Amino acid sequence: MFKWLEKNLPKIVMAPAVGLIGWFVYGFVLWTLYISFTNSKILPKYELWGFGQYEKLWASRKWLISVDNLLVFTVLFLIFCIVIGIILAIFLDQKIRAEGVLRTIYLYPMALSFIVTGTAWKWILNPTLGIQKMFIDWGFENFTFDWLVNREMAIYTIVIAGVWQSAGFVMALFLAGLRSVEDEIVKAAKIDGAGLFTVYWRILLPMMRPVFFTSFVILVHISIKSYDLIVALTQGGPGISTTMPALYMTQTAFHKSQVGLSAASAMMMFMAVAAVIIPYLYSELRRENAR
Amino acid sequence: MQDSLKPSSYQQLEQKSKYTNIFLRWFLYFILIIFASYFIFPLYVMVVTSLKTMEEIRQGTLLSWPSGLNLDSWAVAWGGRGYGAGDTFLRPYFWNSIKMVVPAVFFSTFIGAMAGYVLTKWRFKGDKWVFLFLLFGCFIPYQAILLPMARTLGVLGISNSVIGLVLVHTVYGIPFTTLFFRNFYVSIPTELVKAARIDGAGFFKIFFRILLPISAPIIVVTIIWQFTQIWNDFLFGSTFSFGEAAPIQVALNNMVLSSTSVKEYNVDMASAIIAGIPTLIVYVLAGKYFIRGLTSGAVKG
Repeated sequence: MFKWLEKNLPKIVMAPAVGLIGWFVYGFVLWTLYISFTNSKILPKYELWGFGQYEKLWASRKWLISVDNLLVFTVLFLIFCIVIGIILAIFLDQKIRAEGVLRTIYLYPMALSFIVTGTAWKWILNPTLGIQKMFIDWGFENFTFDWLVNREMAIYTIVIAGVWQSAGFVMALFLAGLRSVEDEIVKAAKIDGAGLFTVYWRILLPMMRPVFFTSFVILVHISIKSYDLIVALTQGGPGISTTMPALYMTQTAFHKSQVGLSAASAMMMFMAVAAVIIPYLYSELRRENAR
Repeated sequence: MQDSLKPSSYQQLEQKSKYTNIFLRWFLYFILIIFASYFIFPLYVMVVTSLKTMEEIRQGTLLSWPSGLNLDSWAVAWGGRGYGAGDTFLRPYFWNSIKMVVPAVFFSTFIGAMAGYVLTKWRFKGDKWVFLFLLFGCFIPYQAILLPMARTLGVLGISNSVIGLVLVHTVYGIPFTTLFFRNFYVSIPTELVKAARIDGAGFFKIFFRILLPISAPIIVVTIIWQFTQIWNDFLFGSTFSFGEAAPIQVALNNMVLSSTSVKEYNVDMASAIIAGIPTLIVYVLAGKYFIRGLTSGAVKG
């Protein structure tokens, strides 16, 4: 008995982690999957109902708007975060004075919650007393900046705040990547007469492919899950113009008590994340095995 | 030292490129500072707004300097106005968050350390799959577990309680903490452990005597990461708690959204700073570890 215990001690110590994740992650996802195939309303029902909830979901105007918003947000969020992140990383890589201070400034939004920053942006972007008033007071009398309360434009305020929060993160990833490149490579290129621009454009950035890949995966992941920022900034409004899937899911579940339908929307989100993450984990694992 | 060998035209060329270099450098700093102001702008606005009176806010602009160090809105945000019902302020929720963060960080870090230790130093058949099994938990959209979690907390009788949130945050922190410790212990030579095992040291003795003393950096990284994540969480907090058990982010959101009488932006901003200041302090004091967690929490390996 004691021998058995000693021999299996590592596995016993491992058990809580595996058990908890097995139950609370995999078990729960399967439960949600099952419920998405039932006609559950306030309380879960366990008779299977087929794909009814998914049909309902994709016929819902609100869901379609959510998906549409998610696409717009993801594309802009990706482009701006990566472009700003790369520019900042390359510029900071030029033996800049006070690099530490600048880096701290670029990255501090990552330490704050989306609720905190959303509250700040909501105040800055509000048309009565925010940026609009600032410009009007400065003498630009016809200046209008009412994106926050404008159905067409509200989604872009979420992009502004989202990029502000996450661009520094991309900067940190790229800076770490650039710093890990051997000096010899850059020196050799310079001896061959390559200018700084060529060195980056032709040599260093192509070497950063894994960093691009990582940033892409992380940012898409953040954007699919984005919830707090929308709650703090627009609550999905004006109207439903800035709803996104995560918000749709919680609202359908906890305000409208459509448990089956919200499970279906959660599974759509799950599949979207899985489609990005599984290839990523697979390639990372292969890279590690190759090492 | 080679300059003397160069022809004069070459020197001229070099001189010229020196000027373009100076210009480029100024340009570089200019762009960097522009971005720095974009990043610092909201924080600046938050701080100055929180120090103004509503009168000043209506008259001045976002950027205008407050007339004095007026801490009234901070006092209101933290301790309320003192008129009983309907007076929401952050102090009790701040403590809720502390009561939630401390145990959740402790348990998730401990479980992750143990898991990382086993996965690297007591390897068994299929351990790679177990790691992958845990790792996937870093990435799931939590919407896919919200419904069953709400029911489970209800069945356990801990919905709408700090204990419930501790459980939730501990569980969903494990994939990250395991990842951190596993990647740290992988780089520590296994020979050390093997030698200790030959000397008769057991499982726990090896961990506490050999690995734990050198784990300080990764423990700091993990604690900072978990602290920031849990303190800043809103999804779990807002789904599984309301009223008195809510953590600070939920309370902040409720405070800002509650539209009783006139909107007091100065109090809103003071509240936002109070809710953000613990993680901000940690970030400023231990930025190095924060960034390490950020990049390795994202970039596996």
